[in-house]
Amino acid sequence: MTADPTSPPLLKVSGVHKSFGAKVVLQGVDLEVAPHGVVCLIGPSGCGKSTLLRCINLLEPLDAGLIELDGERISGKGINANAVRRRVGIVFQSFNLFPHLSVLDNVTLGPRRVRKVPRRQAEERAREVLDRFGLGDKVDDYPDRLSGGQQQRAAIARAIVGDPELLLLDEVTSALDPELVGEVLTVIRDLAAGGMTMVLATHEMGFARDVADQVCFLHEGRVLEAGPPAQILKDPQEARTRQFLARVIAAGRL
Amino acid sequence: MTPDIGSGPPPAPPGRARAAPQSGGGGASWRHELGEEGARGALIAFVATVVFVGVAVWLVLSSDTWPDVQQQFFNPEDFRESWPDVLGGFWLDIKMFVIAEVLILAFGLLVAVVRSLRGPAFFPLRALSVIYIDLFRGIPILLILFLLGFGVPALQLPGVPNDPLFWGVTSLVLSYAAYTAEVYRSGIDSVHESQRAAARSLGLTQWQTLRFAIVPQAIRNVVPALLNGLVSLQKDVALVSVLGVREAVREAEIYKSRTFNYTSFVAATVLFLLASIPLARLTDWYTRRERQRRGQVVA
Ligand SMILES: Nc1ncnc2c1ncn2[C@@H]1O[C@H](COP(=O)(O)OP(=O)(O)OP(=O)(O)O)[C@@H](O)[C@H]1O
Ligand SMILES: [Mg+2]
Repeated sequence: MTADPTSPPLLKVSGVHKSFGAKVVLQGVDLEVAPHGVVCLIGPSGCGKSTLLRCINLLEPLDAGLIELDGERISGKGINANAVRRRVGIVFQSFNLFPHLSVLDNVTLGPRRVRKVPRRQAEERAREVLDRFGLGDKVDDYPDRLSGGQQQRAAIARAIVGDPELLLLDEVTSALDPELVGEVLTVIRDLAAGGMTMVLATHEMGFARDVADQVCFLHEGRVLEAGPPAQILKDPQEARTRQFLARVIAAGRL
Repeated sequence: MTPDIGSGPPPAPPGRARAAPQSGGGGASWRHELGEEGARGALIAFVATVVFVGVAVWLVLSSDTWPDVQQQFFNPEDFRESWPDVLGGFWLDIKMFVIAEVLILAFGLLVAVVRSLRGPAFFPLRALSVIYIDLFRGIPILLILFLLGFGVPALQLPGVPNDPLFWGVTSLVLSYAAYTAEVYRSGIDSVHESQRAAARSLGLTQWQTLRFAIVPQAIRNVVPALLNGLVSLQKDVALVSVLGVREAVREAEIYKSRTFNYTSFVAATVLFLLASIPLARLTDWYTRRERQRRGQVVA
C-alpha cells in the first residue's frame, strides 16, 4: 500500500515553533503526511528531529503552531493529550521498555490500562503482534535478557499493539549494533507494506530511500527541502542538503 | 536516613539478573580472592576474638566494682522476676511497630507520589506535602510525642481520642512517614525521565504512569533505605513510653522504681536486640544480593 497524495493529509504540522529556554529548536516546521504515507526526517544531529516527533506526540508543548491529526486539531489548549496518544504511537532510540515488566506486560500495559481491554484479550493480541515480530518465544522474558534488536522490536510491538493511526519512530536503529539493524528495519518495512502511516527520524539513508514516500531535510528548525527520496537523496536543490548528504556519504551511510 | 542510590541513566536499568555470572567477571574474582584468604583469615579472626573477649571479661569480672554492677544490672532473680512484665510490654512494642510501619510505608508513599505530580493544577497538593515533610522532619520525635500525646488530649476536643497509645503511634507515623516520603522520592527521581515519556506515550495518565511504570522501579531502588528505617523504628517505638504506655521500657522502669534494681532494663535490652539483629542481617543480605544482581547486569 502506498500513500495517496490526493486524499487529505492524516497528519498536518503547520508553523511549529519550539524552544528550550533560550535555545530555539524548531522555528516554523511545516509537514504533511498522507494516509499510509511514510515520511523520513533527516538532518544533522541536534537539528530537532526528536523534538519534532515528541511535539507530535504531545510529549512537549508547542510554543506556536498547529498540529492536526485526520483533520482535528490535537495541539494547544483544551486537548486531552492521553486521548491523542492513544492514536499516535512512538518508538524511542533507546527502546525505553519498562525493565520491571516482562515483554508481554510491556506490550499489554497500554491496552489494559488505557483502553481497559480485558487481560486475556490483551495478551492474545500482544502475542499475535510479538509472534509476527519474531518474539514469540520471548514473551515472558524481561527486557534486559533481550538483545538490542529484540528490545527494539518489542518496543515497536508495544507502540503498535493498540492500532495507532500514526507511528513515530525516532532513530530506532541508532542504538543498535550494526548486525542487529537489519531485523528492526525488516519489521518497519513490514509495517510500511501493511499501510501504517509513519514519520521516522533516521540516519539510515539507504533505508529512507527504500521505504519513504517523502524525505524531509530539517535545518535550523525548518524543513529546508522535501520531496521523494530519489530526488532529495540524489539531486538535492539546497546547498545545505548537499553538504549534509556529502558528509553522510563520506561516513559510509548511503 | 539518606538513601544511597545510583542514579545512572538507563541503558542498563536495574532489572532481573542476567544469566549466570561469567568466570573472571568482577564479582566472581572478588569472591575468589576471599576464598584463598578464607581458611587462614577465619582462624585469625577466631583467635583474635577469643583473646579479646577473654581479656575484656577477665578485666570486668576481676574489678572491685563488679559485684555491685552484677547486683544492679545482671541479677538473675530480678531478671526472672521482671521478665514476664517486660516481655508483655515488648509484645505491645511489636504490635505498635507493625501497625506504625504499615502506615508509614503507605502514607510516606502517598506523600512522595503527591510531591512528584507535575503540572500547575497539583501545586496546592505538592506544596502541602512539602510543608508536611519539612515540618515533621524538623521536629524531634520526642517533641511530637509530647505535643500530640499530652497536648491534644488536654484540649478535650469532643470526638478526639485521648488514648496515649493512639497518639504515640500517630506521632511515630507522622515523623517517620516524612522521612520515608523523602526516601521514596529519591527513588522516584532515580527512575530515568525516558521511562515517564514511554509511559505517557502509551496514553497512561500521570497517576497510571506513577503507579505502573515509575513507582515499582522506584521502590526497588530504595528497599535498603526502607529496611534501614524499619530497623530504626523498631527501637524508636520505645519512645512512646514517655506517654505512659506500658510497653517494655515502661514496664522495666516500673520494676526499677519498685526495686531500685536496673536488671529489668537489661531484660528489655535483650528483647530489643533479639528483634533488631535479624532485621539488620536481613538488610545486609538484601543489599548484598542487590549489589551482586546489578553487578551482573552491568558486567
Ligand atoms: N528537554 C530539553 N531541554 C533543553 N534542550 C533540549 C531538550 N531537548 C532537546 N534539546 C536541544 O534541542 C536540540 C534539538 O534536539 P533533538 O534531540 O530534537 O535533535 P535531533 O535532531 O533529534 O538530534 P539527534 O540526531 O542527535 O538525535 C539540541 O540542541 C538539544 O540539545
Ligand atoms: Mg534525536
